[in-house]
Amino acid sequence: MNDTSLFEGPGPVQRYQDALTQGLFLIQQCKGCGKHVFYPRVMCPHCGASELKWVEPTGRGVVYSTSVVRQKPEKGGDYNVALIELDEGPRMMSRVMDVDPDKVKIGMKVSAHIGLLDGQHAVVFYNKEQGSKEW
Amino acid sequence: MVKILTGEQSLRGAAAVVGVGLSRFGDLSGNSHMEIMGEAVHHALADAGLTIRDVDGIFATNFVDQLAPLAVAEYFGIKPDFMDGSNLGGSVFVNSLLSASMALKYGLCNVALICYGSNNRSGGFVAPAQAKTVESIYKPRYPIQAYALAAARHMYQYGTTPEQLAEVAVAARKWAQLNPAAEMRDPLSIADVLNARRVLDPFGVRDCCLVSDGGAAMILVRADRAKDFPKAPVYMLGVSSRTTHNIISSMPDLTVTAAAQSAPEAFAMAGVKPADIDVVELYDAFTINTILFLEDMGFCQKGEGGAFVANGNIAPGGKLPVNTNGGGLSCVHPGMYGLFLMIEAVQQLRGECGARQIKDAKLAACNGNGGYLSSQVTAVFGTAATL
Repeated sequence: MNDTSLFEGPGPVQRYQDALTQGLFLIQQCKGCGKHVFYPRVMCPHCGASELKWVEPTGRGVVYSTSVVRQKPEKGGDYNVALIELDEGPRMMSRVMDVDPDKVKIGMKVSAHIGLLDGQHAVVFYNKEQGSKEW
Repeated sequence: MVKILTGEQSLRGAAAVVGVGLSRFGDLSGNSHMEIMGEAVHHALADAGLTIRDVDGIFATNFVDQLAPLAVAEYFGIKPDFMDGSNLGGSVFVNSLLSASMALKYGLCNVALICYGSNNRSGGFVAPAQAKTVESIYKPRYPIQAYALAAARHMYQYGTTPEQLAEVAVAARKWAQLNPAAEMRDPLSIADVLNARRVLDPFGVRDCCLVSDGGAAMILVRADRAKDFPKAPVYMLGVSSRTTHNIISSMPDLTVTAAAQSAPEAFAMAGVKPADIDVVELYDAFTINTILFLEDMGFCQKGEGGAFVANGNIAPGGKLPVNTNGGGLSCVHPGMYGLFLMIEAVQQLRGECGARQIKDAKLAACNGNGGYLSSQVTAVFGTAATL
């Protein structure tokens, strides 16, 4: 018999998105090897274990790389796309919101907030401290 | 995982290229991707002295036909004994060299045709279909997004400069000026590259490959039959395929590609080292690619790629001839480029390259790139003298 207890209800990506909608930034941590996992998935990419728990990251990270997507002003203008290395280890794509797109620097310390992009809840980052609880 | 690189089971010298063909390049309005591919296949068959009826192995991939080998077999009216339509992005044709060599060695087919055609320019740009991810909301502009992030990281970590990136584009253009078939042959200076329209910083438009219509085809047979064909055979000496990630946020180190693994393996199978290579053909979708692959393949140390390409070192007259057709940056880039770079390697080893010919070239190294620096497939080709 398959052990179906691990696979009840919506999958990890939907659960991640549902948590964001409720104001909570969650990532996974592997119960097997203890490493953190992002993006959300059903199996740990580090050790292969299938038991992953949801945890709240500190929300702090560092810009690992950054770029400026050039876009005509009438279409919304230039915007930043960066890779953020979370304190827990995983990297995620996001945007740094409070710095001009071309002034975002690799190595810059940033903290996570939940913002709305195109009407959808998404994790974005700020360089300036925004209070103790970052999202 | 240890790969079989040497000994009886090794694929070294198992297969040889006996025919290559290229379509016209540029804007081929009014031609479908299949017609452009057919044009290249026609030339490859003529080059090999074969007809399509002789082909019994099809290796085809594109971004339009999800079932490409079936579409190609039907189009030509053949029922092949072996088919492979893997998709790893633009590197896949170098991977096809690997699977074709296996299929030939083990008798699964006798005449392998690797082919590709695209009307990406006249018919509208088609990128690989990709499922929505948790990243889609940030509107990364693929494929350039991934390469720009890698370039920014390389610049941060190793001090690589915009001028050094521009050197890659300028060298490619100088080679293209020696290639009558290349699309972009006007003079190009470092300043031109630096002042070009910004697309996605740190890249301007001249850091980016062309969007072309174009087709390519290559025919391989078992090495023991290769001497029976009109052209001097070019032998597959080494090949290896590796991956590190799919989406760019999952790339373990944005300054190190899987070529750091695939290249040493391909060289080990071939029994050669980078210093032995006469001509190098790399998948230059963006200027950073050439720098990353030269480092990862061992032509220079990690982090020194920027300095290595400076002062025209990879341009005509430089120390190492790289992308001698003009590359994806100045010759042709119809969505997937991996087959075009292998064909340039074969033509260099045959001595067919006219003004851009590398004198007495005997060994060529190729590196195909796929996805977002995700797939790297390295191959080594050699003349009969290198067998």
